[in-house]
Amino acid sequence: MTRMVAEDVARTGSGPAPLLTVRDLCTWYFSNEGVVHAVDGVNFDVHAGRTLGIVGESGCGKSVTARSILRIVEKPGRIVRGSIHLHPPAGQGEPRDLVQLREDGPEMRAIQGGDIALVFQEPMTSFSPVHTVGNQIIETIRLHDRSMTKALARDRAIEMLQMVGIPRAERRVDEFAYQLSGGLRQRAMIALALACNPRLLIADEPTTALDVTTQAQILELLKRLQAERGMAIMLITHNLGVIAEMADDVAVMYLGRVVEHAPVRELFRSPQHPYTRALLRSIPSLHVPPRQALATIEGTVPHPLNRPSGCPFHPRCEVAIAGTCESHVPDLLPIGTGPAPALVSCFLHHPFGDGARQETN
Amino acid sequence: MAEDPAAPVLLDVAGLKKYFPIRQGLFRRVVGHVKAVDDVSFFVRKRETLALVGESGCGKTTTARAILRAAEPTAGTVKFLTRSGSVVDVTSEPRASLRPLRREMQLIFQDPWSSLNPRMTLLDLIGEPLLVHGMRSASERQGQVEALLKRVGLRPEYMGRYPHAFSGGQRQRIGIARALALRPSLLVADEPVSALDVSVQAQILNLLLELQLEFGLTYLFVSHDLAVVKHLSDRVAVMYAGRIVEIGQADRVFSAPRHPYTEALLSAVPEPNPEWKTRRIVLEGDVPDPAHLPTGCAFHPRCRYAIDRCRTEEVPLAADASGHLARCIRADELTLAGVATPVV
Amino acid sequence: MAVTAPAGVTLAPQAKGADTEERLSVATQWQLMWWRFRKHHLAMVGGVVVIAFYLIVIFADFLAYAEPDASDANRGYTPPQVINWTLDGKFAPHVYYLRGERDAKTLKRVYTEDTKIRIPIEFFGRGYKYRLLGLFETDRHLLGVGEPILAPGASLAPVQSSGATLAAQLGLKLPVTTTAAAVAPAAPIKITPENSLFLIGTDQQGRDMWSRTIIATRISLTIGLVGVALSLVLGVVFGSISGFYGGMIDTVIQRVIEILRSIPTIPLWMGLAASIPREWSVEQVYFVITLIISLIGWTELARVVRGRFLSLREEDFVTAADLIGCSRARIIFVHMVPLILSHIIAATSLALPAMIVSETSLSFLGLGMRPPAISWGVLLQQAQNVQTVALSPWLLYPAVPVIIVILAFNFLGDGLRDAADPYGV
Repeated sequence: MTRMVAEDVARTGSGPAPLLTVRDLCTWYFSNEGVVHAVDGVNFDVHAGRTLGIVGESGCGKSVTARSILRIVEKPGRIVRGSIHLHPPAGQGEPRDLVQLREDGPEMRAIQGGDIALVFQEPMTSFSPVHTVGNQIIETIRLHDRSMTKALARDRAIEMLQMVGIPRAERRVDEFAYQLSGGLRQRAMIALALACNPRLLIADEPTTALDVTTQAQILELLKRLQAERGMAIMLITHNLGVIAEMADDVAVMYLGRVVEHAPVRELFRSPQHPYTRALLRSIPSLHVPPRQALATIEGTVPHPLNRPSGCPFHPRCEVAIAGTCESHVPDLLPIGTGPAPALVSCFLHHPFGDGARQETN
Repeated sequence: MAEDPAAPVLLDVAGLKKYFPIRQGLFRRVVGHVKAVDDVSFFVRKRETLALVGESGCGKTTTARAILRAAEPTAGTVKFLTRSGSVVDVTSEPRASLRPLRREMQLIFQDPWSSLNPRMTLLDLIGEPLLVHGMRSASERQGQVEALLKRVGLRPEYMGRYPHAFSGGQRQRIGIARALALRPSLLVADEPVSALDVSVQAQILNLLLELQLEFGLTYLFVSHDLAVVKHLSDRVAVMYAGRIVEIGQADRVFSAPRHPYTEALLSAVPEPNPEWKTRRIVLEGDVPDPAHLPTGCAFHPRCRYAIDRCRTEEVPLAADASGHLARCIRADELTLAGVATPVV
Repeated sequence: MAVTAPAGVTLAPQAKGADTEERLSVATQWQLMWWRFRKHHLAMVGGVVVIAFYLIVIFADFLAYAEPDASDANRGYTPPQVINWTLDGKFAPHVYYLRGERDAKTLKRVYTEDTKIRIPIEFFGRGYKYRLLGLFETDRHLLGVGEPILAPGASLAPVQSSGATLAAQLGLKLPVTTTAAAVAPAAPIKITPENSLFLIGTDQQGRDMWSRTIIATRISLTIGLVGVALSLVLGVVFGSISGFYGGMIDTVIQRVIEILRSIPTIPLWMGLAASIPREWSVEQVYFVITLIISLIGWTELARVVRGRFLSLREEDFVTAADLIGCSRARIIFVHMVPLILSHIIAATSLALPAMIVSETSLSFLGLGMRPPAISWGVLLQQAQNVQTVALSPWLLYPAVPVIIVILAFNFLGDGLRDAADPYGV
């Protein structure tokens, strides 16, 4: 049922066909202690030229979602269900389901870094310490475009470094990642990610390790690059400020599920899910009088092995409906009509019996 | 805890320096110094909260640790008003006689994972300061630990558990309980919420506010997060490249900053509201290498208001009429943008 | 739309999760280590094997059946015996008496079964006298031989001395006395385990290899323990001093370690072994050999300990302990040492096999233990000669327990090392 509703929304929704459609994605980790439902039935679309923000706290499954799309889920995790369709540019063939491709097959490798690129939180770990930044960009370019000569690829690498705003790019191209400052390193990482003109850039906490002023630089850079190249960005972060600034649409995740999905203004103006509401109230802001107590969410994010039954948020929810929320899992359903309605997974909005499923695990 | 100019000064830091030698060559000769903290002076009144704000590498954490003598300062004095009414210079005390001072000043760590010994139960962890300071009776300690756990919002039944059983927020509560065990008057909090989830941050910040009222605590609050700082502090000191560039009442620093760095810092904070697209000042370049600081004002290469004099002149901290200090020669002539509390 | 588990996946019921959490939260580090160690199957097997070997050390005399030093020139190079397990369809292990003859052409002793003399193998039979656990004197062993059952016409009287027969065949004249003694009627042979049971053959002097291999575990496995204990003390003391104080002291200790490690070990051992006086007793040699081995062995441990101290010194909780006013001794012994302990145990279990191999190879080369001491290396010394090995391959059997115990120790050490850090500090 989830699938049908979500697909209907996607079809009637935001006009042009999406670039990426994720449906009922489940990525579980099978450890000795039990099964962790890191991602448990996630649906969303990513559109060209738009930014989808995925926001959530630690353990909500936002990074695993990104890894699932790129098929780089580490053991003992694996995708147990669902589909991830990558749609080719209009008129160029059929969409491909990435879940069906072999993890380390040639097709998937062409997509990684080709159609879809990833920017990590910690750029140091994604650069090899024994190769120069330039060589790694050159290698990536030539891996995806065999016709490119070394000299041409080098020119392109310098061009990329200039584009991301690295001063004296002709010299920096021969430096090693550790010689760059944190901000420059993240810029170089973005240059590496964009080397093959990806249609989708997944940025997993791209600014979390950076200072605010550097963060501002990187966010501006991402905005500019998106405007210039029209690529889609999937921005994963726990920082609602970054989301408000960058995203067009927002998916709020909690314990492996999308609990609310809405256009950014709508989400911040009138959050619908109790978790989103509480989260927005609890973040400190510069625009409130000092020394005021903040609203809080009771309790802590449960241990992933101790996932609550029913709606995963119900033990911390102020408005949980006794008898319903602890035993049934609400589906992600649209609120209201209109071209792009907000989707919410909560029994307050969709009373039980209407699209709920029985909890069986 | 409104600002009370009559309250006595609890902590008075003057000319604090912490230099790390740079050694080179075969004979490890000292060829220069990294000036992590360079001539930092400030005071904290009783029961107020002073926030030390800045980006990574600005020296705020080193300052906090030097004050507690967790790092040996290179120079400067740290005068502390003890409960008995005498003023002690923390920096000149011999290490052995620091122990009584430990009862009065404590640290809350940033990382709730590495700051608790994984081999000790909560009872041992929170009871340890009591034991070390002479509370021999185990049952007495247990009673105290129980009360402390309750106060920071943890169930006393958890006393026998090990830290690995707790989430980040709960661990930070354990850290706070441990710091409170000796009933200190000064709590130095080094980024106490930056490792925590958003929904847990608020709980810890509220707890810190409540505890301050209840125990009459004085906070030195070190953070890079301006929004968090705004929620907690009475006064704010902004650090850049090892020095304080601005210090003043919190509302003044936020609404009418007097240093261009503070202005840029404030504008860089992403606002969790898509409706307010604020004018952002994006700083060029990076924080300077503390081993090779620019001449003159250390901020001048990134400052959009810089004039020729900034490149050469050392700038002192200068006050305006309200006592709001800034290290900028153009502080009086510039009108810098702060953040307003919007009327919604 | 029900959530169904994919094939082969069992979903943990809710209650189990809660239980696990409760159990984990009050678990001490040793429990956590044990839980993690248990999952390492190979290490568990290794652990069981190691324990089994040390049980053999304790009950070596019980498991042996022949006195290890009882030699018999007439039994030299007896090949492993064939054991007959059943008799008339019933379980009744037995062997037949072996009669040795020297082949006139090759001069090799050839043994033939005398099927007329059947010797039953008994469990908990009698043998040589020893003290069980060093306390109770007994002569019971796991295996023994019972009263021989003679077929009609068989006799236990010794056959004519093989030496005399051989001499006659070769046309030699033996002194009269010898011949006379050999011809004189002798008392019937008393069947003992020493002269009738040869599970894995005998050596040149007719000593039972099974019993000697079992007895050898005593020296071979304990020399490792003593050596490791010694190097542990040296390693922990120097390693912690080096790591905690750093600076000049650290530099000096590290340079000494480097020098020690750069000395080529075989010439060093040869030199040291040569300096052991020949007239020293087995015990004295044993002690000196352990000392030599541990003098080299401690450096590895010292490095492990130093490394842990260096990284722990920077941990926040060490600073925290300092800030609440803990004394330096309390910081070291309450906060740091317990965290290093598990690493030391893991390092020890990896150092033990190295010690055992050292002893075996030293003794094999004739530089370590010397007969009459019995160790695996000493036993293998007899297998140095290719010809001997070709004719009597069972002399190599003592190498089997060496390989097994080394592998077991390595698996165990690996598992311990993985489990040593239950918090990933």
